[in-house]
Amino acid sequence: MTVSAITHRYDCVVIGAGHNGLVCAEALARAGRSVLVVEAGNQVGGAASTREFAPGFRVSAGAHLAHLMPAGLLRELQLESHGLKWAARGMGTTALVPGGANLSLGHEGAVLGLSAADAQAYAAFRTRMRRFAAALAPALSRVPPRLGTSDWGDRLALLRIGWEIRRLGRRDMRELLRIGGMNVYDLLEENFESAVLKGALGFDAVLGANFGPRSPGTVLTLLYRLAGESAAGDSGLSQPAGGMGALCNALAKAANAAGATVRTGATVATILVDGDRAAGVVLQSGESISARTVVSSADPKTTFLRLLGARHLDAGFVRRVSHIRSRGLAAKLHLALNRAPSFNGASEASLRGRLLISPSLQHIELAYNHVKYGEFSSAPVMEVTVPTCNDPTLAPPGQHVLSAIVQYAPYEIEEGWQSGRRRFMETALETLETYAPGLRSSVVGQELSTPADMEQEFRNAGGHWHHGDLAFDQFLMVRPVPGAAQYRTPMGGLFLCGAGCHPGGGVMGVAGRNAARQVLTRDPESA
Amino acid sequence: MSVGAARTPANLDAIVVGAGHNGLVAACYLARSGLKVLVLERQPYIGGAAVSRRLYEDFTYSNCSYVCSLLRPEIIRALELPKYGLQVIPYEGGCTMMQGGGHLAVYDNHDALRREIARHSKRDAEAYDRYSRDVIRQCKFIKPLLMREPPDPTSFKPRDLKELLNLGKRFHGLGEQRMYDTLRFWTMSAADFLDEYFESEIVKAHFAGSSIIGTALGPRSPGTAYVLLHHYMGDIDDTVGAWGFARGGMGAISKALGASFEASGGTIRSAAPVARILVRRGRASGVALADGEEIHAPLVISNMDVRRTFLETMDAKDLPDEFVRQVKNFKIRGSSGKLNIALDGLPRFPAIPEGSPSTRGDMHVTDTIEMMERAYDDWKDGRWSRAPYIDMLIPSQIDPTMVPDGKHYMSVFVQYCPYQLADGPWDAAKRKAFGDTVINTIARHSPNFKELILHAEIRTPWDIENEVGLTEGNIFQGELTMDQLLFNRPVPGYAQYRAPVRGVYMCGSSTHPGGGVMGAPGANAARAVLSDLRMAH
Repeated sequence: MTVSAITHRYDCVVIGAGHNGLVCAEALARAGRSVLVVEAGNQVGGAASTREFAPGFRVSAGAHLAHLMPAGLLRELQLESHGLKWAARGMGTTALVPGGANLSLGHEGAVLGLSAADAQAYAAFRTRMRRFAAALAPALSRVPPRLGTSDWGDRLALLRIGWEIRRLGRRDMRELLRIGGMNVYDLLEENFESAVLKGALGFDAVLGANFGPRSPGTVLTLLYRLAGESAAGDSGLSQPAGGMGALCNALAKAANAAGATVRTGATVATILVDGDRAAGVVLQSGESISARTVVSSADPKTTFLRLLGARHLDAGFVRRVSHIRSRGLAAKLHLALNRAPSFNGASEASLRGRLLISPSLQHIELAYNHVKYGEFSSAPVMEVTVPTCNDPTLAPPGQHVLSAIVQYAPYEIEEGWQSGRRRFMETALETLETYAPGLRSSVVGQELSTPADMEQEFRNAGGHWHHGDLAFDQFLMVRPVPGAAQYRTPMGGLFLCGAGCHPGGGVMGVAGRNAARQVLTRDPESA
Repeated sequence: MSVGAARTPANLDAIVVGAGHNGLVAACYLARSGLKVLVLERQPYIGGAAVSRRLYEDFTYSNCSYVCSLLRPEIIRALELPKYGLQVIPYEGGCTMMQGGGHLAVYDNHDALRREIARHSKRDAEAYDRYSRDVIRQCKFIKPLLMREPPDPTSFKPRDLKELLNLGKRFHGLGEQRMYDTLRFWTMSAADFLDEYFESEIVKAHFAGSSIIGTALGPRSPGTAYVLLHHYMGDIDDTVGAWGFARGGMGAISKALGASFEASGGTIRSAAPVARILVRRGRASGVALADGEEIHAPLVISNMDVRRTFLETMDAKDLPDEFVRQVKNFKIRGSSGKLNIALDGLPRFPAIPEGSPSTRGDMHVTDTIEMMERAYDDWKDGRWSRAPYIDMLIPSQIDPTMVPDGKHYMSVFVQYCPYQLADGPWDAAKRKAFGDTVINTIARHSPNFKELILHAEIRTPWDIENEVGLTEGNIFQGELTMDQLLFNRPVPGYAQYRAPVRGVYMCGSSTHPGGGVMGAPGANAARAVLSDLRMAH
């Protein structure tokens, strides 16, 4: 590739206009840096974007619900003033049962359809888990400390984590230390009778995770989700008007307002290195952009192995990066419907919330078994939303969009997705049909994107929406890898700000904000 | 072994319930420090799960535990077990046979194993150096913790704070990178951990084996990596990693412990099942036997697992509700079976070259991690593995005292086998079907195996529970999962061997550091008892 003469010069260039990249850019620009965001796609948002999948039907291409972006961050960014509107907030959850004897879990904790014993146990369980979540929330939103350094900031951060857990009091602390390493299957079996309730609660623990409910560490993933929601002020599941893309459009406006420039259709080919520092990026067009600091919202593997190149890093670090487990297991199903779907026993109102197809823990575990052997689930579990019930603008008048996360769909399957896609689509539609008889006859357009497809569309290695499994060994100070867990990297002037960093994916924006803070405080040369 | 109430000494200091190896170790330490100790055993023989039994003609079976590796050398020395007849014969190898013929021979010697691995993958041979260095580093980190009482992280007591600080210091001493490695090692799955080193399926499968033995987890379950330590933790005369047979079977360990105990003035009563642990005015007062006889002592140390101790032999009203709830939640799941087979001669294994030491050690036939994971999936579904992971040994090759001339004894440990079957309770037919599954698995690798079989004892978790008293037949008296280790074992707040009732102690594998014929729980419990006594005076 011929590198033309340097055309621009910025303080910071941010790779990728996903929500984290935009949050980071906004913060850097607000602090007075000259910032350019380069986005390969022809619109901003990455995996948090809205696009047409069938003539006249639009859908959130990746994530379809917002519930994790910290209230403080939302206020800071004044997204409402940049055009963000909510089509729905505090959405409820309905756990579907083929027969229609569904369970509805309200945002405020009310549950319909439980035995007295379970209702009582659920109230206690919810309160306790929310207490734990609140204790963990600060650690989730802060920069993870390094271990074994003489830096007092790190030591203080560790002490704070310890202190927040101790503050729970002896009884709760003991319980947290016990369940922290447990699997969600055992935890729920300890507490509840209702298979549907256990199935619904277990689902949130494995959503987007490379785990089944019996995998140890699934209580951690559940607490992670709850802690995120706690940090988000428990505003609950929300749906932006215009789909997830609208959120990122507002973010882009905010970034612009702060003085950052966002360029779409600009694909980064390599990260420029000058001596021992990152010095900018070279686009596929050959155009090179120089910057004092490069911040990448791309996943760590792409950033280090493809854009930077292993030759700039030491072998041990490269080995760690190549060992990051980053293969997605969640597929996205998009249906265009010529009429409103009707699920057995599901009210009009429940269609405005999310619907779970996860009838029992055993059901999830069996669905997960397939993953281990390179197959897709023959009886998948799903998180279904009908966004048009809250936001008719996404489809032609009177028609509807169904958006579902379908698990499990490994990145690679034995038979290959070529033939596999058709069969998995069929499996997913059949599953929906059993809960919503007649649905298939109303389908006028359909799309299934597997992790492999998402890798193509969103350019995240493995098509994993967290850019890497959330698990104990890829968590906090070892996420994405030791040596890059504080958003800094072994390469001077190169920072990470994507979901591959702590605290991970889900449209949260925390990684972007923390990375910006690190750039501003830890990289004097960035300005 | 002395039997009968006649020999029950008066004014006892302590009663140990159960003559398993941990009960006997605890009893030895207490007797040696001058206490008057009585050990009560339900069976007519001592040893619990460390026994040698004659169930067929003149064949001696180690019919539960079957190899000696984890027994702490400091215990062997302190209790002078060699003097009381314990003799451990190391074995130097083993192997994993492949489905399509061929095998991976395993040697205790690092370089020999490295050369063998190179036969399968040059890259893996190099990775093996890195692998054993890293795993042994973890061993060295954890070893000192085995013989210590775990601290209670919620307590502000000087002792706990000191221990926690101590732990923190050791951790910090590793240095930043090692700390991260340790953090990951203790939480990863064996499969993921091995993937970071090796490419060859057979090599990964060989190492992964030790990560699933006795656990209700598969090699892909997070938290299984650290169990890989067991391969290295084994410790005979301080040669790291060596495994061996106790001459005369595993019962020899119990026999030596019993002899050592009686030599220091202790008394053992076998065939004396304890029905209840007696509590008076909030503290231990002794035990009541099944026949109603009451034996009194101010200290009762239970070698039984915590479920049996607190839910079956104690009165819930004597215990805090929270504690009882936690004990009910303690996970003790049976996942292993065992076959003990009397053979008319030495079976042939075509995959293994004549005269190779591989047949003299532990032999396996699971050559991929996927096979192990599928075997685990069967267990989850409530049936025994259709292609089980087996750990098979023929100790009679090294210890001829166990069999008549020319005959052989084979011990086959089987993973996985559920305690409760999805299709109803165990019965004779199902037990036989389970046995056949295992025998056919072996026969696929040994053409003359079946016709050599003279007798086979088939033991399901259900049998193990009923005979040995281990709840659900779990060989570790409770799963060794992240949530049941260290200060969480057996339950948070009671990981220091002391029960909520004064004078009642736990010394079984339900307590830190857990199962395996290690003796550490027994020794640690004895230390706890003695330190409490010292405080009292």
